[in-house]
Amino acid sequence: MTKAKSAYSTPGKQGKLGTHIIVVWVDNEAGVLARVVGLFSGRGYNIESLAVAEIDPKLNISRITIVTTGTPQVIDQIKLQLKKLVPVHKVADFKREDKEVIFKEMALFKVVGNNSKKDKALKACKKYNPVILDKTNKSYVIQITALRRQIDVMSKSLKKFGLVSVSRTGAVAMTRGSEVFK
Amino acid sequence: MSKLYSGAEIVFKCLQDQEVEFVFGYPGGAVLPIYDELKNFNSVKHILVRHEQGAGHAAEGYARSSGKPGVVFVTSGPGATNVVTALTDAFMDSIPLVCISGQVPTHLIGTDAFQECDTTGITRPCTKHNWLVKDIKDLGKTIHKAFEVATTGRPGPVLVDIPKDVQFQKTGYTKLKKQKKLNGKIHNQFSQKDINELIKLMSKASKPIFYTGGGVINSGPKASELLRELVSVTGFPITTTLQGLGSYPGEDSYFLGMLGMHGSYEANNAMHDCDLMINIGARFDDRITGKIDEFSPKSKKVHIDIDPSSINKNVKVDLPIIGDVAEVITSTIKTIKKVKPGFAKSNKEKISKWWEKIQKWRSVNSFDFVNSNETIKPQYAVQRLYELTKNKDTYITTEVGQHQMWAAQHYKFDKPNRWMTSGGLGTMGYGLPAAVGVQVAHPNKLVIDIAGEASVLMTMQEMSTAVQYSLPIKIFILNNEYMGMVRQWQELLHEKNYSESYTAALPDFVKLAEAYGCVGIRAKTPDELDDKIIEMINTDRPVIFDCMVDKEENCFPMIPSGKPHNQMLLGEKDRKETKISKKGKTLV
Repeated sequence: MTKAKSAYSTPGKQGKLGTHIIVVWVDNEAGVLARVVGLFSGRGYNIESLAVAEIDPKLNISRITIVTTGTPQVIDQIKLQLKKLVPVHKVADFKREDKEVIFKEMALFKVVGNNSKKDKALKACKKYNPVILDKTNKSYVIQITALRRQIDVMSKSLKKFGLVSVSRTGAVAMTRGSEVFK
Repeated sequence: MSKLYSGAEIVFKCLQDQEVEFVFGYPGGAVLPIYDELKNFNSVKHILVRHEQGAGHAAEGYARSSGKPGVVFVTSGPGATNVVTALTDAFMDSIPLVCISGQVPTHLIGTDAFQECDTTGITRPCTKHNWLVKDIKDLGKTIHKAFEVATTGRPGPVLVDIPKDVQFQKTGYTKLKKQKKLNGKIHNQFSQKDINELIKLMSKASKPIFYTGGGVINSGPKASELLRELVSVTGFPITTTLQGLGSYPGEDSYFLGMLGMHGSYEANNAMHDCDLMINIGARFDDRITGKIDEFSPKSKKVHIDIDPSSINKNVKVDLPIIGDVAEVITSTIKTIKKVKPGFAKSNKEKISKWWEKIQKWRSVNSFDFVNSNETIKPQYAVQRLYELTKNKDTYITTEVGQHQMWAAQHYKFDKPNRWMTSGGLGTMGYGLPAAVGVQVAHPNKLVIDIAGEASVLMTMQEMSTAVQYSLPIKIFILNNEYMGMVRQWQELLHEKNYSESYTAALPDFVKLAEAYGCVGIRAKTPDELDDKIIEMINTDRPVIFDCMVDKEENCFPMIPSGKPHNQMLLGEKDRKETKISKKGKTLV
């Protein structure tokens, strides 16, 4: 059988997929997150992670950080479509491999087991500034901050040390140096 | 202390400040306080429709024919959901609409109250922006902001949802301060450098073409005048999209007709073979481009658009110019006159071969059809309608389907804002209520909805509105008893399996007209057609004209699915020779 596809949306040469971190400054008002997320789902864009919080209570500004993958054409469209939304002030776009930008995610791990297991788990996290947030005879809650793929690796490797629960944020980003994005 | 006004009063104060004359709407529980105030504001006239979708389309027709935003009142729940089709239609075709919807009182929101729905949630993807006003203090400025968003940049629909308790609450009202410069999302981002670059491309090109769209119409009547000047100072051929019809005179020799799936042979071939394509206010829609891979492969492409997100969305372009069409054309003409005076003359020879080629394509006469003495051919009906109404500054609306394409092919427009059709969304049932809105805006003009019998039944109830307000709209139905375009596709792509495309038990449209209190006219043969059309034109009441046409006529030329512009089907004869591949059939 011939594959059903539309003549009018058959992409010619598909561009290379790239991972981008899109940062959006928005008015912190009802429904603004739904507008941004709805734009992504409605137009078929991809969201890998999402982090959002108010950053300026006086001006009522929230900062949304979205990790997405797409061809250069799609990434361009995402930025242009976001800029059209009324509550959006500005949109920044960083490539994941950009050295001038810091990306971080936070993760909480709950490890249950004997002391030796718990300590091994803590040791394994050493590279990522582990903080013990809660401690009992049987368990630790460990907080780390790291890159997405590092957290992926950790949540796999901690399994053998009694990892029972993982909670993680989406990535947040900031440029290095004294410059700010305008 | 300043005077206090209720929310409902503020709605009308805002409408007055915005110089709104007409509102299309339908009352209901959650908007009653607003309707209660109607009697106190005489400058705003309300047109009562029969279904909220009709209100939306009527407001669209009003907006498109007058250049002013259309205003709609609906109630909560079903009132709001019924208007969604019209909002989406306006969104796709960039029509400025301001929809004011009632909502259940704030303390009931979220409780699944009677006639409650998440109106702002439902309309979020089909409006430029929407607001739920929970605080009376925000109401005035929100409505003014709504008008600003709807009418600036690329126009579109907006919605303001007002809970019933907010309509009752009182607050002060500050009059709108007229802003000289609108600081919405409108941006003329182009520079003289872009214009110089454009002129460089123009003077290099030996096979240029203007491809223009609805953006020219949206930019205002001035833009259409400027477009004419631009064509005359360059001598380049011009084609328009379905939405661009009227921005350039349809009978002018530089005009190649509409392009696209059912566009003219010369326009599509010129688009395919050109070496410079200048897109002015069009958006490379899929009905225009056909197969993207093989779309105009050898051309440099320039795209002039007010919406930055239109650039490179479907087709990658070499020179984007972001700005209002009228202003870009003004700068372009000014620069040409300065840098290359007499450009059209000096360039004439360079593009003369191109014009020869175009003449050759033109001689194919692709809109031609085999006429008949026994049955009325639908194309013939549109041609006669055009001949008999062309001197009357006629406004044409359409439904969606074969009749729409025949109207676009055979009715020629020489002014903007005379052609109202649902292009982006393709909404059957658009034309009749749109005609109501057009007639409201232009009470003394001839307004005709060229319709199909299937489409028109979707919003037929609005005839009642036309009768109530003595709006003498003419519904010219090309009646072939089929959903013609569906039947055509089934014939070409589905082995003539006419699955559910024949409408049995159609109403008698003449009797239906009488039932509505308007006039019914029926034409069955080509001989009587002219007389009947004249009778229709001379009737100063609403008319339903049942034009019984050939049941199996197809709309040609046509770019079949999966084919590029230079492989058009040309009508009966050509069709027998060209087979659509199996793969082509799966394409939409």
